[in-house]
Amino acid sequence: MAFDKVLKNVINKCLKQPKLLRCLSTHFKHDIEDHVGSKIKWTSTLDFVSPDCFSPIPTYRVLDSRGNILNKFEEPAIENATLEKMYKDMILVNTMDKVLYESQRQGRISFYMTNYGEEATHMGSAAALDLNDLVYGQYREVGVLIWRGFTLSEIMNQCYGNCLDPGKGKQMPIHYGSKRLNFVTISSPLATQIPQAAGSAYALKNQNRVVMCYFGEGAASEGDAHAAFNFAATLDCPVIFFCRNNGYAISTPTEDQYRGDGIAVRGPGYGITTVRVDGNDVLAVYNATKAAREFCLERSKPVLIEALTYRVGHHSTSDDSTAYRSQKEVDERIQNDNPVKKLRLYLENKNLWNEEKEKEWLHLTKRNVLEAFNAAEKILLPKWTEMFTDVYGVIPHHLRKQMNEMEKHLENYRDHYPLEKYST
Amino acid sequence: MARVAAVRMLNAVTSKYANTNCRTLSMTSVAKAKEVAVRDALNAALDEELERDDRVFLMGEEVAVYDGAYKVSRGLWKKYGDKRIVDTPITEIGFTGIAVGAAMAGLRPICEFMTFNFAMQSIDHILNSAGKMFYMSAGRVNVPIVFRGPNGAAAGVAAQHSQCYGAWYAHCPGLKVLSPYSAEDARGLLKSAIRDPDPVVILENEMLYGVKYPLSDEALSKDFLIPIGKAKIERDGTHVTIVSHSKGVETSLLAAKELQAIGIEAEVINLRSLRPLDFEAISNSVKKTNHLITVEQGWPSHGVGAEICARVMESDTFFHLDQPAIRVTGADVPMAYAKALEDASLPSPADIVDVAKRILST
Ligand SMILES: Cc1ncc(C[n+]2csc(CCOP(=O)(O)OP(=O)(O)O)c2C)c(N)n1
Ligand SMILES: [Mg+2]
Repeated sequence: MAFDKVLKNVINKCLKQPKLLRCLSTHFKHDIEDHVGSKIKWTSTLDFVSPDCFSPIPTYRVLDSRGNILNKFEEPAIENATLEKMYKDMILVNTMDKVLYESQRQGRISFYMTNYGEEATHMGSAAALDLNDLVYGQYREVGVLIWRGFTLSEIMNQCYGNCLDPGKGKQMPIHYGSKRLNFVTISSPLATQIPQAAGSAYALKNQNRVVMCYFGEGAASEGDAHAAFNFAATLDCPVIFFCRNNGYAISTPTEDQYRGDGIAVRGPGYGITTVRVDGNDVLAVYNATKAAREFCLERSKPVLIEALTYRVGHHSTSDDSTAYRSQKEVDERIQNDNPVKKLRLYLENKNLWNEEKEKEWLHLTKRNVLEAFNAAEKILLPKWTEMFTDVYGVIPHHLRKQMNEMEKHLENYRDHYPLEKYST
Repeated sequence: MARVAAVRMLNAVTSKYANTNCRTLSMTSVAKAKEVAVRDALNAALDEELERDDRVFLMGEEVAVYDGAYKVSRGLWKKYGDKRIVDTPITEIGFTGIAVGAAMAGLRPICEFMTFNFAMQSIDHILNSAGKMFYMSAGRVNVPIVFRGPNGAAAGVAAQHSQCYGAWYAHCPGLKVLSPYSAEDARGLLKSAIRDPDPVVILENEMLYGVKYPLSDEALSKDFLIPIGKAKIERDGTHVTIVSHSKGVETSLLAAKELQAIGIEAEVINLRSLRPLDFEAISNSVKKTNHLITVEQGWPSHGVGAEICARVMESDTFFHLDQPAIRVTGADVPMAYAKALEDASLPSPADIVDVAKRILST
């Protein structure tokens, strides 16, 4: 009754304004189906959406834990040499991590982070990319660089900050970068790479390249991550957001980092095509990344990949993880869900690898790693003038003045300084 | 009374700092001062203030289960639990905003940054919300919050982890900015900051966390507070005034020792507070020594030293200077990783000695 009355009033008002009546009449014919661009589905049931009313996004895998193919149609056609390289590079990363981690313990470098447990995320994704694609890393992706051709010497020189370090001793250890390999120098403040990757992808649209952006599930909490997802979606950026969900952010386990179905579930929320993969299954990571890359290029749109893996090592050389997780937990992961072992079993099943090759490769990598390491330690330090260069494109007057003062000072007091250690 | 006693017993059982706590309760003076590391002084101050006021809580990355990235909150989570010691996801802008909101609603958050470099993510909440809310609400909403964490250069962590934010924060009205040097500073300033009704930024120094300094019985008292805005004369002298803060005070004291050997008596002023700045202490000292050197790890342009020199120029202190005041600062470049470049980027005692000799010999 009351409703009729209201309606009458409205219609009376509208009669005085014919334009309004027209609007009103179409409204009665059919509901609007679109809210300024986004679709609407009407309901007369008052239903809140609970996070529990979705089942978890499934995790894609190709291999079982014994290295057997689960579904033969999913087995990627990767050349034998490439498969072998994947495995060899994993061992190389492990060997290198061991040496550099120990060298930090001995005080020879100031800082290091290992990659143990995440080898498959590196090799599987790197192998599916093109060298021309631009890569942004977080810091625990050295395998990607190695895959792309970063040499052991380049790694060691960077960690030592010697005069052959392309970064000229200006950046912390493991903050690698390589223009040649399209790998953007690592930045310490978390998550800054994520919106920057979206921005680069925006700039590189329609050039048959994608941008690959790695980040941890911890970094995904930063505001930058959310901004990046939204912008990449609305600006149609060809970027792959690759989240290495390794269970921890230093001591913080995922259950304290986020609620809900991990990082993957955020993708659809931002309108981003998403997949979750077993990050310890190199073939699954490869397939997912390859498909994501094709999708990015074809549609000029972002993709989110969440790779489930496990950080086997301490967070960094500043961390002791026994304070917050049990050795048993770590051992069980190494035993039951080991990406390197899984690939080895797969290769052995295909007769591509055996104990003899293993021994030979281990021996060779150890030798190569130690050689590069020892060589880097002996290389001269960057010239002291590096302190003043690269602040600006052209050295400003006040810095040049100070540099000249320092030069004079060093001339006068050369006996007091170990100048022989510096390159000239 | 009974509650206090019970808590005291709890301290004795659970706290690593049981000894410290017991000492604070004794009223008899002990001749020899106790040596306490800055980290432990901060820890005890947090412990006492958490105990004193249940509106106080600590929030930040890794502060609870992990005891803090630099172990400043060691044992506090075990003692106070999840409600008072809160681990957060890695979202500085998020937990800073939450802490500011909690402060506006009447709690007293202590917001720990893993380093002040990461507080850059939160700068809007610190300046635009915490720093201005009292003014914007015409005095109706105050924000009793403490932002703290290590500031300045650590060792071997390069450009993005090594810079001094002293000048940044001290630039902004609405904030109080403290920069402790010794264990006494750390303890007294933190306690004052927690009890203060306004937002206070405490710039600690990672390199000083492990350094031990004597704490007198007075400083060990539970109600030991250092007034915000007052400097401390660390060393008396008559020939030259050296003004510094944080780690720079250590460098200045080392320089003063070297200068003493050549007959120069330097007066070393530890600012303790960058905003408000105790200009009176500086002025009084300059009137006595007629020479001024400022020392800081931060960059020279628009820095703490620049501010001090400007205030000298603007006041009658200027007429007491026999020579131009000189700033000794960090080099005007981002911090490099390589140790040799890092060392060359920071002020050393030799730099101060050079400057002192130069202005005193002409
Ligand atoms: C803005 C910012 N906040 C905090 C840190 C300190 N920090 C460095 S790594 C890290 C954990 C990151 O975890 P995650 O993203 O999961 O990567 P993972 O280490 O697991 O590979 C933290 C908190 C930082 N570097 N930058
Ligand atoms: Mg992680």
